[in-house]
Amino acid sequence: MARMRYQQALAKALRDEMLRDPSVFVIGEDVRASLRGVTRGLAAELGEQRVVDTPISEQAFTGFAMGAALAGHRPVVEFQIPSLLFTAYEPIVNQAAKFRLMTGGQAKVPVTYVVPGSGARMGLAAQHSDHPYAMFAQAGVKTVVPATAADAYGLLVAAIRDDDPVVFFAPAAALGGREEVADDPEPIALGSGRIHREGSDVTVVAVGHLVRDALKVADTLAEEGVSVEVFDPRTVYPFDWELLRTSVAKTGRLVVFDDTNRSCGLAAEVVATAAEELAALLRSPPRRVTRADAPIPFAVELELALLPSRDQLAAAVRSVVPAKTAEEALR
Amino acid sequence: MRRDLYRTMRTIRRFEEQIVDLVNTNEIAGVTHEYIGQEAVATGVCAALRDDDVITSTHRGHGHVIAKGAEVRRMMAELLGRTTGLNHARGGSMHIADVSLGIYGANGIVAAGAPIAAGAAWAGVQAGSDRVAVCFFGDGAVNQGVLHETMNMAGIWNLPVLFVCENNGYAVSFSHEEATAGSLVERAAAYGMAAERVDGMDAEAVLAAAGEAVARARSGGGPAFLECETYRFVGHHTAEATMGLGYRTDEEVERWRERDPLAVLAARMGAAEVAALDAEVEALLEEALAFARESPRPEVSSARDFVYASGLTPREGVAV
Repeated sequence: MARMRYQQALAKALRDEMLRDPSVFVIGEDVRASLRGVTRGLAAELGEQRVVDTPISEQAFTGFAMGAALAGHRPVVEFQIPSLLFTAYEPIVNQAAKFRLMTGGQAKVPVTYVVPGSGARMGLAAQHSDHPYAMFAQAGVKTVVPATAADAYGLLVAAIRDDDPVVFFAPAAALGGREEVADDPEPIALGSGRIHREGSDVTVVAVGHLVRDALKVADTLAEEGVSVEVFDPRTVYPFDWELLRTSVAKTGRLVVFDDTNRSCGLAAEVVATAAEELAALLRSPPRRVTRADAPIPFAVELELALLPSRDQLAAAVRSVVPAKTAEEALR
Repeated sequence: MRRDLYRTMRTIRRFEEQIVDLVNTNEIAGVTHEYIGQEAVATGVCAALRDDDVITSTHRGHGHVIAKGAEVRRMMAELLGRTTGLNHARGGSMHIADVSLGIYGANGIVAAGAPIAAGAAWAGVQAGSDRVAVCFFGDGAVNQGVLHETMNMAGIWNLPVLFVCENNGYAVSFSHEEATAGSLVERAAAYGMAAERVDGMDAEAVLAAAGEAVARARSGGGPAFLECETYRFVGHHTAEATMGLGYRTDEEVERWRERDPLAVLAARMGAAEVAALDAEVEALLEEALAFARESPRPEVSSARDFVYASGLTPREGVAV
């Protein structure tokens, strides 16, 4: 057991899988030098044939990984910038993710697409600050957004071992977080959520780096007598609807805290599903706290103004929990 | 070999002619893109390949798939939407594939197969194999960025990829002359690969050029580019026949029909030999169509099958 940073856990997971399985290799821009720190030292240790630096050709190296996967490899494709996924959307969504269906199950396409540093990063402006995990969930591509170091380890291992394409978002705002990680951790099944904090008044669904913010807000609200359950889906597609149902059955209230755009974002899907399938359990209408429907402007105060915040979450939670509940809890 | 080339071309031609009829009578849904006129390219190139070599194909893919050795009856069943089809009725014309034969699929997106072929070629090198990958594409693909990205990667990594451009003169209705600056062979040569122009109406000429390129790639000589000059005798797709698009003249079509690749090869063969092969192909296709027609249609309840290798089933469109 060692306490490690999220980014270290990612690096350990990748290295452990490359040591365990010779079919795993990593491909992307500057992966030998490792600008994102996840692949550092791997080229020297495991050889440049398994740490493949590419020209600036995102569409081609993304499609290339699929070809290698069909021929028996388990490629890990690294994208330095979350917005590069827009360029690579075609080879991921239209090629790799549809191939099994299109061929009637003839082949598997075990590619993992990793973004070590997704979402806004303070001052990187509109084209480097996206968090497009809902776009992949919407397209039915397995998509994970781990919040913590141990989850990052277990989910990256699971993603690499999975026989389908998986897009892996490691939020920039979570990369520095620390957590105990076992020496030989188990993979974490894709599609399994995690309750970070139990509570009885309201379920807060928080994704990625927002889990930490949700836990802070839960601490604050506890002082007001509001008991918040923090639910982290970990995998946004497939989503752990069963665990959400269990949580909402207990709390009767739902607030979704999500870093994708408000329109057609992940929170929209969670709230819509709750409205249709969990209505009988809900004692108040569900609410969303999301990224605004706008590109991220450069100035940091403008960036922050568009991102979902702790204050917004606290206000949303207070608005769904009746004051008397708080009074009763304090009594 | 000449017999084999002719038999393959004749199989493609008659398969496609039957497909046109079946689309026109609504026995095949949607549209298909016929390979009629271009048979010499797929046939010549694939005759230079082994079973373990990989190809990626295009929306006009039936010819490549037949030439690489797929079972014609299972292709017919696929196009008729039957469960015995190569893709279990999930792919149809535009995604037809037989991965076990290295056929990584027809592809509905122009040039999308290029990086897939390159990745497969790289994997072969890593495995210590001398297998090659062939990427088929049309002249429309030469202006897609991903093709050029891939040719560059194949060049810098010396990958055993054969880039086969079937220049049939038109990207749908837009002529090659209007669409493309410079010379294709010079473009490819600029990536440091061997590049040549071939008579795409002569299967033996295509085979000779492809055989040389494949042998070089197998022995570590890197990628190559073939521009096969060819022509499609029919529309971009089956529906075009009634659309009257008028982007090419009847005279132009007739001029190319005079160089019909089947006739080019038949002229080098005896009439009896040709007739015997024709009869063999008719019997094969008759059996294929009967097989397809007798095969079951898929169960509607299976519409969400085959999406994920892990067994995950997608949600339905309505809450239950």
